[in-house]
Amino acid sequence: MSTLLAVVAGLLFASGTYLLLQRGLTRIIIGVGLVGHGANLVILLSGGLGGQPPFVGSGDPDDFADPLPQALILTAIVITFGITAFLLALAYRSWRQTRDDEVEDDIEDRFIARQGAVDEELGDEEAIERVVAGEEVAP
Amino acid sequence: MTPLVALPVVVPLLSAALSLVAWRHRHVQRWIGLGALASVLVVSVALLVRADDNGVLVSQAGGWPAPIGISLVVDRFAAIMLVVAATTFLCVLVYAIGQPGTEQTAGAFHPLYLVLASGVSLAFVTGDLFNLFVAFEMTLSASYVLITLGGRSQQVRTGMTYVVISLVASMLFLTTVGLVYAATGTLNMADLAERIPLLPAGLQTTFAVLLLLVFGIKAGLFPLFFWLPDSYPTAPSPITALFAGLLTKVGVYAIIRTQTLLFPSDARPVGLLLALAGLTMVVGVLGAIAQGDVKRILSFHIISQVGYMVMGLAFFTVAGLAAAVLFIVHNVVVKSTLLLTGGLIEHVGGSSRLARVGGLQHRAPMLAVLFLLPALSIAGIPPLSGFVGKLALVESGFDVGQYTVVGVSLAVSLLTLFSMTKIWAGSFWGEPDEDPEHPPQPVGRLGGPPLMVLGTAVLVAAGVGIAVAAGPLYDLSVRAAADLVDPSAYVEAVFDR
Repeated sequence: MSTLLAVVAGLLFASGTYLLLQRGLTRIIIGVGLVGHGANLVILLSGGLGGQPPFVGSGDPDDFADPLPQALILTAIVITFGITAFLLALAYRSWRQTRDDEVEDDIEDRFIARQGAVDEELGDEEAIERVVAGEEVAP
Repeated sequence: MTPLVALPVVVPLLSAALSLVAWRHRHVQRWIGLGALASVLVVSVALLVRADDNGVLVSQAGGWPAPIGISLVVDRFAAIMLVVAATTFLCVLVYAIGQPGTEQTAGAFHPLYLVLASGVSLAFVTGDLFNLFVAFEMTLSASYVLITLGGRSQQVRTGMTYVVISLVASMLFLTTVGLVYAATGTLNMADLAERIPLLPAGLQTTFAVLLLLVFGIKAGLFPLFFWLPDSYPTAPSPITALFAGLLTKVGVYAIIRTQTLLFPSDARPVGLLLALAGLTMVVGVLGAIAQGDVKRILSFHIISQVGYMVMGLAFFTVAGLAAAVLFIVHNVVVKSTLLLTGGLIEHVGGSSRLARVGGLQHRAPMLAVLFLLPALSIAGIPPLSGFVGKLALVESGFDVGQYTVVGVSLAVSLLTLFSMTKIWAGSFWGEPDEDPEHPPQPVGRLGGPPLMVLGTAVLVAAGVGIAVAAGPLYDLSVRAAADLVDPSAYVEAVFDR
């Protein structure tokens, strides 16, 4: 039983990771959900095999299931739920603004990288002159 | 048992609830926020004094004895961090109130700000690995909203990256917590400190590296920093300053806490830490030099400076850790100050791009002073606080014979100075850009709205104060580091032995 669950956790992590690597935020959100489920399964498995419900005075404590992992999972589920809702709101906002929910690259970073390429073409001295003049070197 | 220990967490959280009720009354919200953070500061100072006199202070949540309940623990290191965090939160709040923009328009600002303060405090005082996860989530959830507050398309774009990266780190943390629990059957850190050394050596190192990876993403360690310089600068300036000063340091704190407390010396990835420290310093500062925007330059410096802290940790000596603690104290204050002045530059000059602002020393001489002091400090110019921190780090590095990484750190200091002069030359020297359609706004004698200048000035003074009180502060850091190197006092206090 726990081998099966371990395999399932692995599958959830694998497919979740694949989705996380996509560009669309909607897919990423589903990926986060899957990875979150995988993590929760790992915690569930960490408590060992199941047993009797752990109520005080209801039997021999040696037969009880470990209640702590379930408490941890409950907390984790609530947190993941809240953040997923926030991510969906963000995706909606992005769609309202750009009709797209694509997670984009760091634009400024791209700009600086292209500027470096332009500098090489121009040769150092000319590029330095232009930078000193306060010009932004266009690609 | 010391109920005082829980106050830095509980007070801001309850105040956040109150602040939410006063949604439409900004003045009420301001007083609630200022009052809560001021009382956290007072409590933190009291905790620091008591922890320094009496040793480790412990409070068991709900009265359940360790390791069943959640222990809240304040040792000297945690108390120092609480005081520094509370000071920063308070000054940045004053600045935020003075700044036209986010604070005035969004009713959610104050409640979120207080939840953030509560989460940061919890991360410092918690003695339970899962509770640390909860603390990180509190901090991060508040930060997700704060960083996208306003909802401009640029913020939404960078906010996505920030949230997704943080979420991946959180999921990894959660999985690690599950694995640690499966291996040891406990999550109480003091209990883990006794049980992890009994595990097979390979498993110990695996856990050490997994936790380093998780907190490395939050701290902005090489090569996990790429999200940071993209997302921080787009937030409102007080928020950027706070995140820059504190959030990455919460990650560094977690790295130091877990590596020193949980793992025996032979399971620690020392070589990896040293290599990461060196690379983080170099890559961060090189990134900063390439940038053309004040806030982005400063954001890359955050990364560079995290490298120094990890270097101090990687020596694993009392001197090294003491230097790391001192450097964190200096860096939280000075880094926040620099980004606050970055916000003032943007406010006065109309932009944070170096190409578009200039000649600010004529228009706002006060601002020039406020920028120059922390800028020289961060570059390590004597006698300012950065010099003190770096001197301690260099000396501790020589003690253990790590000449390579110390040499790298000194070279990086020079490059730091270079990029600070780049900001100085770009925004304070030179002639202001004359744009006939948009004549510059008059800025007054102070060089900005009074409360913004006040918040910045108090932090500048605090930075200078660190340099003035460097002797006693270093002694305190040494005592804190001694606790970190030998965590038996921590463990005994938690179990009340």
